[in-house]
Amino acid sequence: MYVAVKGGERAIENAHRLLAHERRGDRSVPELSLSQISEQLGLAVDRVMSEGSLYDRELAALAIKQARGDLIEAIFLVRAFRATLPRFGASEPVDTGEMRVQRRVSSTFKDIPGGQVLGPTFDYTHRLLDPGLAQGGDPETPAVAATSDVPMPRVTDILGQDGLIEPSPTADAGAPVGDLTRDPLSFPAGRDLRLQNLARGDEGFLLALGYSTQRGYGRNHPFAGEIRFGEVEVEFLAEEIGFAVPLGSVELTECQMVNQFKGSATEPPCFTRGYGLTFGQSERKTMSMALVDRALRARELGEDVVAPAQDEEFVMSHSDNVQATGFVEHLKLPHYVDFQSELGLLRKLRREFAEANAAPAMKEAAE
Amino acid sequence: MSGDAALQERRRGAMRVLAHVPVAEIGARMAEVPVPPHQHLRAPESGLVMVRGRAGGDGAPFNLGEATVSRAAVRLQSGEVGFGYVLGRDDDKARLIALCDALLQSPDHAEAIETRVVAPLRAQMQAGRDRSAAEAAATRVDFYTMVRGEG
Repeated sequence: MYVAVKGGERAIENAHRLLAHERRGDRSVPELSLSQISEQLGLAVDRVMSEGSLYDRELAALAIKQARGDLIEAIFLVRAFRATLPRFGASEPVDTGEMRVQRRVSSTFKDIPGGQVLGPTFDYTHRLLDPGLAQGGDPETPAVAATSDVPMPRVTDILGQDGLIEPSPTADAGAPVGDLTRDPLSFPAGRDLRLQNLARGDEGFLLALGYSTQRGYGRNHPFAGEIRFGEVEVEFLAEEIGFAVPLGSVELTECQMVNQFKGSATEPPCFTRGYGLTFGQSERKTMSMALVDRALRARELGEDVVAPAQDEEFVMSHSDNVQATGFVEHLKLPHYVDFQSELGLLRKLRREFAEANAAPAMKEAAE
Repeated sequence: MSGDAALQERRRGAMRVLAHVPVAEIGARMAEVPVPPHQHLRAPESGLVMVRGRAGGDGAPFNLGEATVSRAAVRLQSGEVGFGYVLGRDDDKARLIALCDALLQSPDHAEAIETRVVAPLRAQMQAGRDRSAAEAAATRVDFYTMVRGEG
């Protein structure tokens, strides 16, 4: 139990004042603006939007500034803000096939319709620190090339045409879509809830779990069928208007993992799928999500559940970094009464131990 | 296409353009067209829309995460009601989109809104998209095969 301890108000007030001072840092250094964070630390903003589960670049930038760059603290702030707004409803499901692609690569086919588009990527950089960047200055403007009108179908759609990969699961139009922000989690959880949980799950946790499946803890045999990043239109069917209203576009990263086979006496073998989708450009997270999504389908695909990444209760109960940090960090709060009772118990045990050890000696001495 | 369906597509088309351009650009264009008396039917407000994806990209829907959205509704004195819904927290933008939507439904104003507000902003939006597409296209990999042989 925790008890309210009075007397700390002044200390708390001054601690927050000191925090604000430290956040500002050296006052002779220009203060960061939200647009600087949003424009120049864009991937941090993407992560906060993804795991904060709220698409709003400006709010995510504010949260990063307020949290002094602590991204989990920023995610916490965004989640708390989200709770203050009413929800108008749910969008029409976005169509990633219609994405305005900035990047699209496949490790399964060299020649895919629409081609391999590298886009803005760290891949193939030498990972050498760039002293030039320390000096600042504008980089070259991007190269341009003629665009083509060749559509960019999802690689899984191409495989699907020949039945080489299982089809995506379907649902009746109008069937309810699980929402873990509205209903408490219960197990077993449907794929909709699992994907929602993973989409807002901690990148580091999912990365480690995805990695564990590659190292043999729940084998997936994955190939990155496709990773794409770009803008997707969002539409919202507003009752009072009577048609789907275009709301604008969001940046999304999508990953289609193609995994080893399933099949049965009645169905020919085919590749299986793992799926990842996140806000912004979050490739590592999206790939990890797709690996873990596939691992969590173990039961559905008749595989033995032997590894942590295949255990949905374990994964879904520990993926949320706001919940996790809340429980870990609450250990900092006063536990004085709890600790006093533990201390009392320990003293009693030690007394009993001492008495028990002293007793035989006395008994021996008497003999 | 029936008149209603055509009008609906025109309204959706305008909303799609206006949602993608900065509010200041809409305001500047709107300042150049006549705007009749109108009132708020719903005061601008901000809220959330849950963005949905599909498992596998084309399968059953799931909840990806929320996005902030502003909305407003405007009624012209002549009766037309317009709606504005847009990503972000910009009440002014939602109001301006609602006003454009109402004006597009008014025979007296539709032409001016379409040609002097929506069309130039559509061209501006498209130019931005073309530039992004050209930048991405420059990073397209051109595979070539090294052929080993005589000569």
